[in-house]
Amino acid sequence: MRIKLKVNNKTEEIDIEPHEILLDVLRKLGYYSVRRGCDTGMCGICTVLFDGKPIPSCSVFAARADGHEITTVEGLEDAKAFAKLLSEEGADQCGYCSPGLILNTVYLKKIGVKDLNKAKIKLIGNLCRCTGYESQHRAITKFLGVTK
Amino acid sequence: MIYFKEYLKPKNLQEAYEVLTSKNAKIIGGATFLKLSNQSFETAIDLIDAKLDFIRESENEIEIGAMVTLSEFGDNPIISNLYNGFLKNITENILSFQMRNLITVGGTIFPKFGFSDLITGLLVLETEVHLYKNGKIRLEDFLNTKIQKDILEKITIKKKPLAVSFKNIKNSEYDFSIINIAVSKSENEVKIAVGARPAMAVLITKDLNFFEDIDKAVESLLNKIKFSDDLRASKIYRQKVCKALLKRALREVIQ
Ligand SMILES: Cc1cc2nc3c(=O)[nH]c(=O)nc-3n(C[C@H](O)[C@H](O)[C@H](O)COP(=O)(O)OP(=O)(O)OC[C@H]3O[C@@H](n4cnc5c(N)ncnc54)[C@H](O)[C@@H]3O)c2cc1C
Ligand code: FES
Ligand code: FES
Repeated sequence: MRIKLKVNNKTEEIDIEPHEILLDVLRKLGYYSVRRGCDTGMCGICTVLFDGKPIPSCSVFAARADGHEITTVEGLEDAKAFAKLLSEEGADQCGYCSPGLILNTVYLKKIGVKDLNKAKIKLIGNLCRCTGYESQHRAITKFLGVTK
Repeated sequence: MIYFKEYLKPKNLQEAYEVLTSKNAKIIGGATFLKLSNQSFETAIDLIDAKLDFIRESENEIEIGAMVTLSEFGDNPIISNLYNGFLKNITENILSFQMRNLITVGGTIFPKFGFSDLITGLLVLETEVHLYKNGKIRLEDFLNTKIQKDILEKITIKKKPLAVSFKNIKNSEYDFSIINIAVSKSENEVKIAVGARPAMAVLITKDLNFFEDIDKAVESLLNKIKFSDDLRASKIYRQKVCKALLKRALREVIQ
């Protein structure tokens, strides 16, 4: 089947198998920031925005995205600013988890989260094998302009 | 791996039901659980365009469409304020924020998942399940039916003056509950639901008088609830934890 979706404001058309997963289709289209980790919805690495809301792209059939808008880290204006903070704080080690974390954190900024505890709870689904999270939390504190 | 040949997004339930009953087809809610299964069928019926993402409030009840996601339980003021955030507090501890943006009410209730925290919470409220073909059924009755070929359209929750409490325990914040319990108290009745036993949740209703001595009441109730072993916990562990959680929840709503 042929689907048409908007990825980072660019219209893409592609032939897919009806049972194909969004993550795989995005990678076929060249959006390599979208990566596979657990493949069960648990690690957050494959997160994209679906009509503006974060979802794990490993858990959605690509056919659902027909006619919808997808944003990957390549299409986020604020991504570079947060990525810079991650690297300054030593929170970008292997970097495999970064795209998912960046997408969710930028979304949290958009919805006005300024409380670090709230941010931590919202980011519980973004697993990282390298950093131990402390350095990520320092970067998140700066990026969100945390007030408490 | 999951395999199917056709993906449809019907605009209404009539269309969806026709496909469900005329082909080897499955309904897609959020796809989060279905996607993990190993099966093949002919047609996937995604309800995303079937206009089932509504939340409505009338004088006596709240209606929640089958495609409402668990995130909406926190974001929507009608649900998030209900019984001081009872359902919001239950759902915001299920998995992660991004998964809750996908997981639907229909996909949680229709398969009658034993581990479900939401089903346990809904059981102690007056919840009815509305099915396209089989009509309106009380949630506790629905859990005992063998209905398979139908579509959950919405649930309704009656607004009643209730005191409520939910408790659960997990090995880690991100895991399934080892045991979950919910309790509600109306003027003269107490409802207790116990889920993740690990089997499907059960509901017990008793007169308020029964709880004059809470310790004794809990001992007698525990004899009526069946627990079993699984990877997460033993039957005995579940029984002991359930006893402690039940006493806490009952004290919260009764005293
Ligand atoms: C890794 C993981 C961890 C989880 N942890 C928890 C947890 O801790 N606590 C908890 O409560 N839950 C947990 N869940 C379960 C989660 O709540 C389920 O994934 C969810 O209930 C499935 O919802 P869905 O909308 O994605 O349904 P789907 O996966 O789309 O569907 C599930 C089933 O329901 C059917 N279905 C869907 N919608 C309808 C409808 N409207 N009418 C009829 N049939 C329908 C489908 O055909 C399918 O058989 C976990 C899930 C995963 C994957
Ligand atoms: S790969 Fe999607 S959540 Fe882990
Ligand atoms: S930096 Fe390596 S997984 Fe997070």
